[in-house]
Amino acid sequence: MPSMELDQNISRKRPTFFPQHQEAIYKSLEDKHATVEVDKSDPLATRMILNMGPQHPATHGVLRVLMELDGETITKCRLDTGYLHRGIEKMAENKTYQEFMPYTDRMDYLSPYSNNVALCLAVERIAKIECPERANYIRMIGCELARISSHLLWLGTMIMDAGAISFFIWTFREREKLYDIFDEVAGHRFTVSHSRIGGINNELTPVAVEKIQKFLREFPKELEGWHKLLDRNRIFVDRNNGVGQIDHENAIASGLAGPSLRATGIAYDVRKFEPYMHYDQIDFEVPTRTEGDNLARYYCRMEEMAESIRIIEQCFKKMPKKGPVRVDDAKKSYPSKDEVYYSMEGLIHDFMMTDTGVCPPAGAEAYHAIEAPKGELGFYIQSDGTGHPWRMKIKSPSFSNLQGLETILDGEMVADTVVIIGGMDPVMGDSDK
Amino acid sequence: MNSDTKQALLQKIRDKLGDDLHEVYEEYQYPLLRINRERLHETCRFMKEELHFIYLNDVLGTDRFTSVDRFEVIYHMISLRDQQRFFLKVFVDEEDPVLPTVTDLWTSANWNEREVYDMFGIRFKGHPDLRRIFLPEDFKYFPLRKEFPLLGVPGSLELPSSTPDHD
Repeated sequence: MPSMELDQNISRKRPTFFPQHQEAIYKSLEDKHATVEVDKSDPLATRMILNMGPQHPATHGVLRVLMELDGETITKCRLDTGYLHRGIEKMAENKTYQEFMPYTDRMDYLSPYSNNVALCLAVERIAKIECPERANYIRMIGCELARISSHLLWLGTMIMDAGAISFFIWTFREREKLYDIFDEVAGHRFTVSHSRIGGINNELTPVAVEKIQKFLREFPKELEGWHKLLDRNRIFVDRNNGVGQIDHENAIASGLAGPSLRATGIAYDVRKFEPYMHYDQIDFEVPTRTEGDNLARYYCRMEEMAESIRIIEQCFKKMPKKGPVRVDDAKKSYPSKDEVYYSMEGLIHDFMMTDTGVCPPAGAEAYHAIEAPKGELGFYIQSDGTGHPWRMKIKSPSFSNLQGLETILDGEMVADTVVIIGGMDPVMGDSDK
Repeated sequence: MNSDTKQALLQKIRDKLGDDLHEVYEEYQYPLLRINRERLHETCRFMKEELHFIYLNDVLGTDRFTSVDRFEVIYHMISLRDQQRFFLKVFVDEEDPVLPTVTDLWTSANWNEREVYDMFGIRFKGHPDLRRIFLPEDFKYFPLRKEFPLLGVPGSLELPSSTPDHD
């Protein structure tokens, strides 16, 4: 009997840290689908509330999942986000546009190149800057490499969540090659910050081109091997088939983005929907499935990696062989280092760009979205005519996907939670901003 | 992005709203419509049910830092059928920052409206679960309002104790 009393004491104890927050989220869980009736007289039917995270290795960051369980089934769940909230929208209002770019590297930290490009394209739209063609092609190559890199991490961790550890090592071996490429292209392995407003920082070196070509030759074979291992693998298919299913109507209603949306049969891809850069001149497919479960998401992402390889190959064929990689107008973009070091005007312009930067017209509002690996990543910028944005809103794909996850998890088994989270591929840096 | 379709849709909205459509801003690719706050829910329903804007992408708030109509809330919606992206904007007063929720039309507005509430303190009437989304409930400020300092307010958030709190 003493142990019973102790249990009761524990359950009655008020949380000591952020008490109002804890109470609100438990209350909210209580209120969700308030029509569900639970018989409290039978002790075996007692509901159990399970907290998973924020410090849980399978939540891919700091996501907290609050689940109410009936046996092993999740009757309802709530997600608690914000553990990685750094307030980068507030920081953006106090930085010049170019100064803000390194912060975007740290949003979706698995594909920093896409984030840089998304910011630059949005600023170029609002300030009406035309980026040179060759720079756009190099950006496209970088974005597609980032997509492969992001999907590789998803593949490794999702399959590790499903129980196979060795895959993680194989995908990371390929990611290592991508890191080497980014190191050669941008000078950084991880947080690249290679893009600039009005172009890119530097031209591709011959070594970088050679490395990318080598990757293009070798990667499809790896991908084929993984397909062979997984597509008809009984354990993998049983673990993922019909798990975390959502139909297309609910997917649209709950605002899913990217591969999770396309796995339900909606072919919404910003690259096709409103082609930016030179995607309209590239021949590629948007992989879709109709099942809407975890297996469908797997197929979508695997096919997307193959499409990315095709896109990069075409980019190399179509890009102009020579040409500027940054706008040659010191009012719109940084001057080249040659000008900075050897001419007075160049030095002054470099100082002006660092101090004030690009100033879009006062009162302008513009939005630009790209298809980041996880879905639509958009920047909404309002300008007051200075070098700082008045307001910069980031539409991040992981935020939308996590909202859908709250719906998807209802009614699933508790053991499938980690697989579903792995399949949705949220990145908390992206979601929490 | 077909501009004929865009103009046809705009005309339908003009016919529907009349004088309640205060401003149409078309400087950059996507139309941004400022409408009367009283007709927000009705217009959203019209956009969704008649014009097929079934995908609500985002809801965002802005602090204009003016004495009247201080905040604005922008609804960002997509019509997959017509390949259009429209923005709908309403002004909100500082004295009584309340708007009707659109979660009954688009479920996805749930988290986005919570984010606007968290950052600006704009409340959404009829929202099923209006809690803060990023910051804890114990935090009493709205950080994206312009008067909130960049470095934060000292002491506004309790830090975890350095000793374990179990007995």
